[in-house]
Amino acid sequence: MNGLGRRWTRYAVTFQTILSKEILRFSRIWVQTVLPSVITTTLYFVVFGRLIGDRIGTMDGFAYLDFIVPGLVLMGVITNSYANVVSSFYSSKFSRYIEELLVSPAPHWVILAGYVGGGVARGLVVGGAVLAVALLFTDIHIHSPGVMFLVCLMTATLFSLGGFINAVYANSFDDISIVPTFVLTPLTYLGGVFYSIQLLPDFWQAVSMANPVLYMVNAFRYGLLGVSDIPLGAAFGMILVFIVVLVAYSLRLLQRGVGIKT
Amino acid sequence: MFALDVQQLTKTYRGGFQALKGIDLQVEEGDFFALLGPNGAGKSTFIGIVSSLVNKTTGQVRVFGNDQDADPEAVKSCIGLVPQEFNFNLFLPVIEVVLNQAGYYGIPRHEAKIRAERYLRQLDLWDRRNQEMRRLSGGMKRRLMIARALVHQPRLLILDEPTAGVDIEIRRSMWSFLRDLNAEGTTIILTTHYLEEAESLCRNIAIINRGLIAERTSISALLNKLHTETFVLNLKGRVSELPELGGFVLQYLDDCTLEVEMNRDHTINGLFDALSRNGIEVISLRNKQNRLERLFLEMVDGRVAAAEGGVA
Repeated sequence: MNGLGRRWTRYAVTFQTILSKEILRFSRIWVQTVLPSVITTTLYFVVFGRLIGDRIGTMDGFAYLDFIVPGLVLMGVITNSYANVVSSFYSSKFSRYIEELLVSPAPHWVILAGYVGGGVARGLVVGGAVLAVALLFTDIHIHSPGVMFLVCLMTATLFSLGGFINAVYANSFDDISIVPTFVLTPLTYLGGVFYSIQLLPDFWQAVSMANPVLYMVNAFRYGLLGVSDIPLGAAFGMILVFIVVLVAYSLRLLQRGVGIKT
Repeated sequence: MFALDVQQLTKTYRGGFQALKGIDLQVEEGDFFALLGPNGAGKSTFIGIVSSLVNKTTGQVRVFGNDQDADPEAVKSCIGLVPQEFNFNLFLPVIEVVLNQAGYYGIPRHEAKIRAERYLRQLDLWDRRNQEMRRLSGGMKRRLMIARALVHQPRLLILDEPTAGVDIEIRRSMWSFLRDLNAEGTTIILTTHYLEEAESLCRNIAIINRGLIAERTSISALLNKLHTETFVLNLKGRVSELPELGGFVLQYLDDCTLEVEMNRDHTINGLFDALSRNGIEVISLRNKQNRLERLFLEMVDGRVAAAEGGVA
């Protein structure tokens, strides 16, 4: 094997190590990391779907319970991918074991890929579990599994990157809960999880278009139900642009050692 | 080739504190090198920059010919770091800490397992391999940091106060381990507050003070600079007054203990001859102060006094 081949093999081992460590971390404490989202969304299905949903009627031609499934699945993906990276990376900063990685020859992009990979893994596990629960309550026929998976993957990647940036800037454990509470939750609830934006007046429809979560929820809804308030291409394009911007920003933070080097 | 070649290294922290003011330092390949200095002298900043944990302000760092700016991966691959403070995930088992570190250096899992077993056995931690980090004693954690730093088989091992807080028995076994490691070819740079440790282990030394290298020499050359040495004598009988021992400066501590200051012209034989002539029998004698410690204090205090005098 030549020098370049050896180098890429080394990168692959490093990535695999970080990814395995991250997956093992959330798997060991699955009662804290995976189960809560499944229980919460099950309650949503029971309360909003079965008890209240029957009185609401249909939305975009679907039973209300079926309509909210994509949003609830994606909500699990968003919150868990974000939470995984922000808590794991901040803990490694707080307890200083991030130094194990900083002294190693692991390139910044491999470190970022490893942590984001862990966030994506947890997002997909929780998303899959919530979808499995949803299928117990509904008889949805999945319209496009490929689109559905791709949206999940890209959304989890985007919010893992967001969690990483939050962790880099965080100086205390309080700092890692501010964004999820005051930014992510409002964006998700107002991102068309529980309603179609067609129900909103024109002004609020226009405001909603500035919410990136709306694009993700609708793209995922297309994958699951075949309907969307947003063109699919626009949704994918928007998610991709956000990913590229956040990757570049995260790498710059690592390069400069913001929050991790003096 | 130098294991470490540092040129004009400076570090100014945000807020303006200048921790390093232009360090030039070379460490030969295969050396066992001590880096000494009082608290706040800049040792940890220096080590942090060399091991890529601290961003330098200006200067050049080369490790085995590799430039830190041009090829940081090559530099990092050559270095193993044992930091001063524990930096573990306390909830991981011992073996995973070592295996993960090997993985970060790109060492495949099967090879990492072989190396982890070797170093954990050598450092008496193999039986604890499945124990969580938080259950280990302070001495075990110190030894684990050495195993972790060695798993990628670095050519340069940097230890920042590796024996702080460990008992004498473990300290001695760690010294023996480090001597063997150095004999096998690993260059070692050590910072320590135990000057006996530096004197016992290291061949060359640099003293860093206020962000500058105050002295860079061999341990033996440094000890030769010591003009006087003070011994404490425990006497068999009692002495009521200070005896006259031609040429030796004596101090009366109590009626069974004397302190004698000897310069380089004196010999221990001469001292005992003089004591015998005065009918004084000695049960034991000891150095009042570690020789290196005395030199260190003279050097640091002297430079500080000189610097302060210059400013005034």
